[in-house]
Amino acid sequence: MYQKTIAELAAGLRAGEFSSEELTRSYLDRIEKHDEKLNSVLTLTASAALEAAKAADKRLKNGDATMLTGIPYLHKDIFCTLGVRTSCGSRMLDNFEAPYDATVTAQLKEAGAVMLGKTNMDEFAMGSSNETSFYGPVKNPWDLERVPGGSSGGSAAAVAARLAPLATGTDTGGSIRQPAALCGVTGIKPSYGRVSRFGMIAFASSLDQGGPFATCAEDAAHMLEAMSGFDRRDSTSIDRPVDHYAEGLAEDLCGLKIGLPREYFGEGLDARVGAAVEAAIEEYRTLGAEVREISLPNASLAVPAYYVVAPAECSSNLSRMDGVRFGYRCDNPRDLEDLYTRSRGEGFGAEVKRRIMVGTYALSAGYYDAYYLKAQQVRRMIRDDFVRAFEDVDIIMGPVTPTTAFKLGEKADDPVTMYLSDTYTIAVNLAGLPAMSVPAGMAEGLPVGLQLIGNYFDEGRLLNAAHKFQQVTDWHTRMPAGFE
Amino acid sequence: MKWEVVIGLEIHAQLATKSKIFSGASTAYGAAPNTQACAVDLGLPGVLPVLNAGVVSMAAKFGLATHSAVAKRSVFARKNYFYPDLPKGYQISQFELPIVHDGYIDIDLENAETRRIGITRAHLEEDAGKSLHEDFHGETGIDLNRAGTPLLEIVSEPDMRSAREAVAYMKKIHALVRYLGICDGNMQEGSFRCDANVSIRPKGQEAFGTRAEIKNINSFRFVERAINYEIERQIDVIEGGGEVVQETRLYDADRDETRSMRSKEEANDYRYFPDPDLLPLEMDQAFIDAVEKTLPELPDAKRDRFIQAYDLSRYDASALTASRELADFFECTVEAAGGEGKLSANWVMGELSGLLNKEGRDISTSPVSPERLGGMLQRIKDGTISGKIAKQVFEAMWNDEGDADAIIEKKGLKQITDTGAIEKIVRDVLDANPRQVEQYKGGQEKLLGFFVGQVMKATQGKANPGEVNKILKGLLSA
Repeated sequence: MYQKTIAELAAGLRAGEFSSEELTRSYLDRIEKHDEKLNSVLTLTASAALEAAKAADKRLKNGDATMLTGIPYLHKDIFCTLGVRTSCGSRMLDNFEAPYDATVTAQLKEAGAVMLGKTNMDEFAMGSSNETSFYGPVKNPWDLERVPGGSSGGSAAAVAARLAPLATGTDTGGSIRQPAALCGVTGIKPSYGRVSRFGMIAFASSLDQGGPFATCAEDAAHMLEAMSGFDRRDSTSIDRPVDHYAEGLAEDLCGLKIGLPREYFGEGLDARVGAAVEAAIEEYRTLGAEVREISLPNASLAVPAYYVVAPAECSSNLSRMDGVRFGYRCDNPRDLEDLYTRSRGEGFGAEVKRRIMVGTYALSAGYYDAYYLKAQQVRRMIRDDFVRAFEDVDIIMGPVTPTTAFKLGEKADDPVTMYLSDTYTIAVNLAGLPAMSVPAGMAEGLPVGLQLIGNYFDEGRLLNAAHKFQQVTDWHTRMPAGFE
Repeated sequence: MKWEVVIGLEIHAQLATKSKIFSGASTAYGAAPNTQACAVDLGLPGVLPVLNAGVVSMAAKFGLATHSAVAKRSVFARKNYFYPDLPKGYQISQFELPIVHDGYIDIDLENAETRRIGITRAHLEEDAGKSLHEDFHGETGIDLNRAGTPLLEIVSEPDMRSAREAVAYMKKIHALVRYLGICDGNMQEGSFRCDANVSIRPKGQEAFGTRAEIKNINSFRFVERAINYEIERQIDVIEGGGEVVQETRLYDADRDETRSMRSKEEANDYRYFPDPDLLPLEMDQAFIDAVEKTLPELPDAKRDRFIQAYDLSRYDASALTASRELADFFECTVEAAGGEGKLSANWVMGELSGLLNKEGRDISTSPVSPERLGGMLQRIKDGTISGKIAKQVFEAMWNDEGDADAIIEKKGLKQITDTGAIEKIVRDVLDANPRQVEQYKGGQEKLLGFFVGQVMKATQGKANPGEVNKILKGLLSA
């Protein structure tokens, strides 16, 4: 069953070939059997899942089911879930149970999707390897000594190992696309404002966007449609109708104009990754697309700009974790100062503290203009590069990551090298554009991702291009060994 | 040395919305602790602010009423600092681009001049919660009911030169926000409070002295006392050879003094930056025009109209327009009194205000309605009662014994205007006091008052005093 697409599962449910309860149980069994190796699931909600599955079965019988009714999924532990702990991968929220559902949680519930549990992640989504989690790293199912990427590493690894057909993620600088690439699954980060951020614990508010992981673009299309939409509880959410992404998947790619940014194929790109990406682009030529080189002149400024803006926002966003009202509180505080410093000192991990300090510095009196303001100006330049590029091309393509999955611990002590692993993904968040990662090859047994970047609200075109590619390739159907 | 005082005020006016500025929780005062704090007010992980549209038009009203620019684009910013009653670890405020800026109001000084006080800016922000230090056995309790209450912070230019001027400015702003219906002005509940920036400089010097900021003053009386205390303190410091340090001071009303809270060095670096959870606030001209159409007649315009329409002095007109309720009461009284402006003003500001003050009542709870007061004034005007008798009638109305006509009827207070009847009484009085009549005729004309008094006594004050005078003079000169 775990090799079926969502459409096939939905058909099976409707035809009575299996019930949602059976489907849910089979995935719960897979998690029980395989996740010990991966550490991708932090909280398994088996009994609630079976209850939801029974309700879904009823709904399927009543004929008011949606595409996702009865379909199991795993939820990144950054989305608040009523009655289920939301830890955000941190000791700080190890005891936190939100008294509300995130909008995305509520939308998936409404659609009838069945939540199996919550997935591991880098602490507060800060990391590119899932090594900053308070609950220990997630392993890459393709090689258990390697990282799955981050911050949505648990979701990516779980879908790669077929522990769930779908999973949610969030992407602030590449946190969906990079783990999708390193784990060989399909992930899409929609345009900023497309998916509500309400109840999605903020890392960097102006960059964060939720999105789905799936094994293929077609499945991702169904999940994205369910997650998207205007939410009046999120002032940055955009009031614009949601496309029926699945309907446009089969569009012909003849005449599609693809741009390859020169800056994404230069120094630092692993040759094997580059070769796989170029081979994938060759497939697009075969499918009738026109490929041309373009330039994103300010691409090299994305990482430095991002590492001012994101820490600045996070330093403020994480101030509420103060040990006063919820979350971790140190033992026997002497006074208020002690309560703050020890609760935060003990509750946060090293990477989170590093970013809070960088961000606090960047916003402080006398440095604001030189750092924060300058970074915002650079951000505008980066956005303008894309706007100009999209005057000539429909989709921008390139690698997602410079290398395939690296070894656990390899970059853990070198933050700057770690930050550079997001060099191709970060600019997209700064610009607020939609982008996705599609399995596009293998290099020495490890998956390589192809990045597709679209114009604002052009998610449909990205999914269409990814789907057509997946119809002529089989990278997305490959599974890591040992998870059968 | 002669010192000049320089004062600027930051007034916090709580905007009169039903729900909070960024959440749907109620702003009603006095609920049990933390019963009016929702997930957004508590700053729980994942929640987001959504601007209450009501505060935007309220701020725009204030801007339009103070000759200020209403910004087409303003930006919410985060003011970052840690405090247990600040749930998010930052306050959402406005920093570089406030919603209202560059305006002024005019205040009347005691020497009958007016002074223009500049309004630097007015910005929207959320209030913090309350820390409760009592009743927790050495620990601190937090009540977040007030967290997220909408405030308009109104920052003046340093244009005031005495504590009295500061009070006059604060009163004027207080009247204005209540006229506009954007703040209930309740100072006991903290809906209207201010911080005062005070410095002194030698008279004639252009550069400002170092200022101290006095925090959280919640009454007009305390503003005056706190500023005056601070002026004296600063003069003492400088004349004693010291220097005023820039600091934040707290006014202690019980001891009538200000004391240091924190110095400039201890001040927080608030690390302001635009709040990425809220888009810039944009208003178009059509919206501003629509708000302008909803503005009521403002105090200055009303004062000028009262001077014109009712022939009042500027002083009286200002007093009567100090609040919208008082002005409305006055105008209803005038209408019921058949257009008697001057007479109505005298009664509203005299007898009525006196009794209201004595009983600590507000005009809105006056036991005498403007209709009844006006009805009584009609009876003064048509001669049914004298001004003196009217005081008895007024007291009876205050005690809710009916309207003026009923009271006059019941108590038999109708003035005797029949000249024949008055003449008869006058003759009786003169006959009964021959010695005084002799003295009067001998030149002691001040005895006229004695005769008037005797006549009034005989008529229980009901004789028309004009008639009495006329008849007395006639008979005595015969």
